[in-house]
Amino acid sequence: MTVKFRVERDTLADAVTWVARALPNRPPVPVLAGLLIEADDNGTLHLSGFDYEVSAKVEVNAEVSDPGTALVSGRLLAEICRSLPGKPVDVVTDGTKVALTCGASRFTLLTMPVDEYPTLPAMPENTGMVAGDVLTEAVGQVTVAASRDETLPILTGVRLEIEGDTLTLMATDRYRLAMRTLTWRPSSPGASSIALVRARTLAEVAKALGSADEVSLALSTGGATELIGFTANGRRTTSLLVDGDYPKVRALFPESLLTHAVVETQSLIEAVRRVALVAERNTPVRLTFTDGLITLEAGQGEDAQASEAVESSLVGDELSIAFNPQYLLDGLGALSLPFTRLSFTQATKPAVITGQASADAEDDDDTYRYLIMPVRLAG
Amino acid sequence: MVGRATILHADLDAFYASVEQLLDPALRCRPIAVGGSADGGVVLAASYEAKAHGVRGGMSGWQAKRLCPTLRFVRGHFAEYQRLADGVMAVLHDVTPEVQRISIDEAFLDLSGSTHLFGEPRVIAALLRRRVREELGLPISVGIARTKHLAKIASQVAKPDGLVVVEPDEERRFLDPLPVSLVWGVGPVTEQRLADWGIRTIGDLARTPAPEVERLLGHAVGTRLNALARNDDPRRVVTPDRARSVSAQSAFGRRSPAPDLVREVLSHLADRVASRLRAKNRAGRTVTVTVRFSGMRSVTRSVTLSAPIATTLTLTELAEQLTWQALDGRDRADAEISLLAVSVSNLSHQHAVQLELPIPPEDPHRPGSTQGAARWALDRSVDAVCRRFGRRAVGYLPAAMPRTASVPDEFRELAEHEL
Repeated sequence: MTVKFRVERDTLADAVTWVARALPNRPPVPVLAGLLIEADDNGTLHLSGFDYEVSAKVEVNAEVSDPGTALVSGRLLAEICRSLPGKPVDVVTDGTKVALTCGASRFTLLTMPVDEYPTLPAMPENTGMVAGDVLTEAVGQVTVAASRDETLPILTGVRLEIEGDTLTLMATDRYRLAMRTLTWRPSSPGASSIALVRARTLAEVAKALGSADEVSLALSTGGATELIGFTANGRRTTSLLVDGDYPKVRALFPESLLTHAVVETQSLIEAVRRVALVAERNTPVRLTFTDGLITLEAGQGEDAQASEAVESSLVGDELSIAFNPQYLLDGLGALSLPFTRLSFTQATKPAVITGQASADAEDDDDTYRYLIMPVRLAG
Repeated sequence: MVGRATILHADLDAFYASVEQLLDPALRCRPIAVGGSADGGVVLAASYEAKAHGVRGGMSGWQAKRLCPTLRFVRGHFAEYQRLADGVMAVLHDVTPEVQRISIDEAFLDLSGSTHLFGEPRVIAALLRRRVREELGLPISVGIARTKHLAKIASQVAKPDGLVVVEPDEERRFLDPLPVSLVWGVGPVTEQRLADWGIRTIGDLARTPAPEVERLLGHAVGTRLNALARNDDPRRVVTPDRARSVSAQSAFGRRSPAPDLVREVLSHLADRVASRLRAKNRAGRTVTVTVRFSGMRSVTRSVTLSAPIATTLTLTELAEQLTWQALDGRDRADAEISLLAVSVSNLSHQHAVQLELPIPPEDPHRPGSTQGAARWALDRSVDAVCRRFGRRAVGYLPAAMPRTASVPDEFRELAEHEL
């Protein structure tokens, strides 16, 4: 049985590159290094990859002469597709080999046994739709705070909470906690569910599907396998959920914040970056809030030192507090508004970073909140 | 500074015994032994008067008594040793920050940066010896040379209560006639083996070609001893700021490892190590415990943490876990231990602690957790009180108030090592 189709080079390269990202670096079984190519007689090419945890599947248009299925090394196919000239690509299987021709280039790849390839998990039923750009922004805002320490898998995930038309995303690595709420279109108005998705997977999804107008989110929980699925633009991906009980992090946001300062976001980012140049690894920047001014300092003793002042307004008592500069920059960089509000209780308690539209706005924007733990100084 | 004699080795003379004679004037000018008794036990240290009769540390009590019938046995005053030795180290620090303490009562100093302030090394040494005598009442011997090894030999030759400076052009004349046993690492067995080949002096050893020494003693040892005999010793004085680890150890004869004993000793060692780390704003990620069994066999266990620690209580708990791991699988009733050592390595600067949100599982060993930060703050307060009112002003219970029933002072010996 031969398979034969022709497809545009760019179409194929995009699709293969995306699917190949889901392939495991060290496949637990050899066939999982493969990328499954299915050509159907409706002129559609289905490409899929799977590593038991994450699956990716994409549909593209092709001129299919002989429909059928083939499995080839995904890495190799991706590298070949990236380097092909901009001409139509012809693919023909011949026994245990696949011939790929593009202009004057010709490649022959070995096939892998299709019947040993596992079945991809079925896409759960659609739970709701979210705008692509909103999803991309929200995922970027929370994944900065997710832990990279694999010894505690729960904290490497992003917690999703669905309550009617409100979708909340949150992540923490113990040092900071990011929480974003957004409005979406649930498929049923009373939707209520929770899920824990690996931050890395979610970031990949946002990158691949975020350019779509709308992304469909599908959740199956309570069944034998707990899955989350995303679909947009002919691309779909599923992922197993991270196991375990997520800590109750909402309560970590302080109830009343007595002191707050408002500062122009970009000026503060630039000042922190400059001052942090002298901060060695793991050493903090110190921020002193007085009326009209934030003074930033880093470095101490016989080491290099830096200081800078930024204009700001202050409501409440003067305060001095120190942060890991990277954690501070992560939070400030995630804001989408031109002004930043920094709210405190005291120097050893967490501070809250939110955005606000103008310097003298009455309220901040509470759809995104970044909670950051300070650094306690020895002195 | 290869060309000048600027390495100083300072070594308190018969330290434990000298302290006892200082504390009790009735013991002065008399042969005394610290530890042991006429019926048995182990002598930890002997006064010069007792040494004159052949009494040595490590000897059994009855043997010492036979050698010196007028010998007086006294119990040790461990806390006083610590206090006075720390006082001596403080005096040494007054002439240079380049002080490497290698045990409770000896240290190396690099004087190359101090001569323009205080004068020639010989002048500095005289000043230090006078100050230690006047301020602490203790005799101290000092050797000065171009290398650490030679400085240490010089201080041994200077004993008791003397000063020997070996100028670079006098090195061979000084070293050649000395017995090989003064070379670092030559114990009785090696000494005998060398003697069998007619190598008795350091000069003999230096003149023997390296390959021949290696054949006699094995490659590693042979190369090292031959180099030392030729005064080829590139090691520098390493101060705790540059140190790669900080450690403390305690030897206590032969004891069965009862939980109380282990906790008390480790608590004390952890406190020494952790407070020295904090004094330098340092913390370490790797904790190592060495347990020596009575048969001289040692077992080492270590753990590497995700964040560096310098907290006394955390270090105590980790050291205790590691000690029980090391003891695990042994017949506890049978296994007697003779030494415990705690070391922290993988060091980094720690001027501050990144606090953590209270997210379970809470782990007090992580410095930023709620409990970890509380411990950190507590240690800082304890350090501040001790700086103002002295080391014994406040401390952790098992370390500060040892139950003498479980560890009599006379069984305790503390050696410190910072390298």
